[in-house]
Amino acid sequence: MLEFRDLACERGDLRLFSALEFALGDGELLLVQGPNGSGKTSLLRLVAGLSRPAAGAIRWRGESIRALGEAYARELLFIGHANAVKEEFSADENLAVALELAGRHPTAAQRAEALERIGLGARARLPARYLSQGQKRRVALARLCLAADVPLWILDEPFAALDARALELVVGLVDAHLARGGAAILTTHQAVTIAARRRFAIALGA
Amino acid sequence: MNNGVLGGLRSVITRDLRLSMRRRGDMLNHLVFFVIVVTLFPLGVGAEPNLLRAMAPGILWVAALLAAMLSLQRLFASDHADGTLEQMLISAHPLGVIVVGKMAAHWIGSGLPLTLLAPVLGLQFDLPQQALATLVLSLGIGTPVLSLIGSVGAALTLGVRGGGVLLALLVLPLFVPVLIFGAGAVAQAMGGLSAAPHLSLLGAFLAISCVVAPWATCTALRVAYD
Repeated sequence: MLEFRDLACERGDLRLFSALEFALGDGELLLVQGPNGSGKTSLLRLVAGLSRPAAGAIRWRGESIRALGEAYARELLFIGHANAVKEEFSADENLAVALELAGRHPTAAQRAEALERIGLGARARLPARYLSQGQKRRVALARLCLAADVPLWILDEPFAALDARALELVVGLVDAHLARGGAAILTTHQAVTIAARRRFAIALGA
Repeated sequence: MNNGVLGGLRSVITRDLRLSMRRRGDMLNHLVFFVIVVTLFPLGVGAEPNLLRAMAPGILWVAALLAAMLSLQRLFASDHADGTLEQMLISAHPLGVIVVGKMAAHWIGSGLPLTLLAPVLGLQFDLPQQALATLVLSLGIGTPVLSLIGSVGAALTLGVRGGGVLLALLVLPLFVPVLIFGAGAVAQAMGGLSAAPHLSLLGAFLAISCVVAPWATCTALRVAYD
């Protein structure tokens, strides 16, 4: 599904990685590993189409992601370091806004169910400024519950600030996504076990 | 239609307006700033009616311009800080649609209230009826231009330290023609002449910035994230 060819990334004068070759298929998981500053987030941002590679190409089903534009964005769910949670909005409103940006319009009942599953059922109507860091992360991750038909998930440190139960829940969501035939790319410093048909690891900065 | 261009536009506008309703203080600040700046002039230059009448179009327009400037800085800053802008760049809707939606919401939240408030302040300067109508009309055409051009500046100064001052330096010179023709239209009307030529020119600026500003803003945002 997803292919990198001869990919290189530069930040300022620093070359983070070069000549990266990789292909990811249905139901496959890519774990991006490496120490801080090795370019994990930069790689994920390249794949999400947020920045351009210094060299090389990224292809989605054989076509360049630049050329695909919004058609690629529809096939993609990206959750970065920042939660994209507005303090003034409630968890439910934040979820609705995030989904609308992704071009999806689930019903209020579906959103309530997603928030219930992620453990925010009782706080769905509370302004997000009253939520803890971990709870804000859960608001961002609630999108995963409603993204069953999005083929590619890109998650940057999804488990940061989560407690053990939430971590297990998110691992379960990624498992189910991979079992459905979706693909996922994620970075994490936690030791987690995700069941996947095939799993790959790229170690950057080695 | 939910997924079409109009659906995307509507959802961005309603989101931004709902957000500014939750931050009512911010919006009120600009209006109060506008009122105070305009009120300071009669106190400073003295209560000579003829002098005040002559100065009124310029004062009202400059104050409106500065008030619009104040609100521009936050157009993209909060979305940039919390990561929402990132999601907008890889949204299912074209970035242009999102940017136009944000510009429209900015105008409804800042330019429109200024336009509606201006005639009340005009009375303070003893502006004749005809001039008040032209004032509303010229601000109605001119303030969208401020939102459009201003958003280019806001996108270019995204994440820059001391971005507020830089934004003013970048954008204020571009506001000059709008100021000249906006205030000029009101002065014409006050002198009993037709304001139509000035208003037509303002309209032309609006048309040009409608075409150029969204494109330039999108480019600036993509560069900021690259």
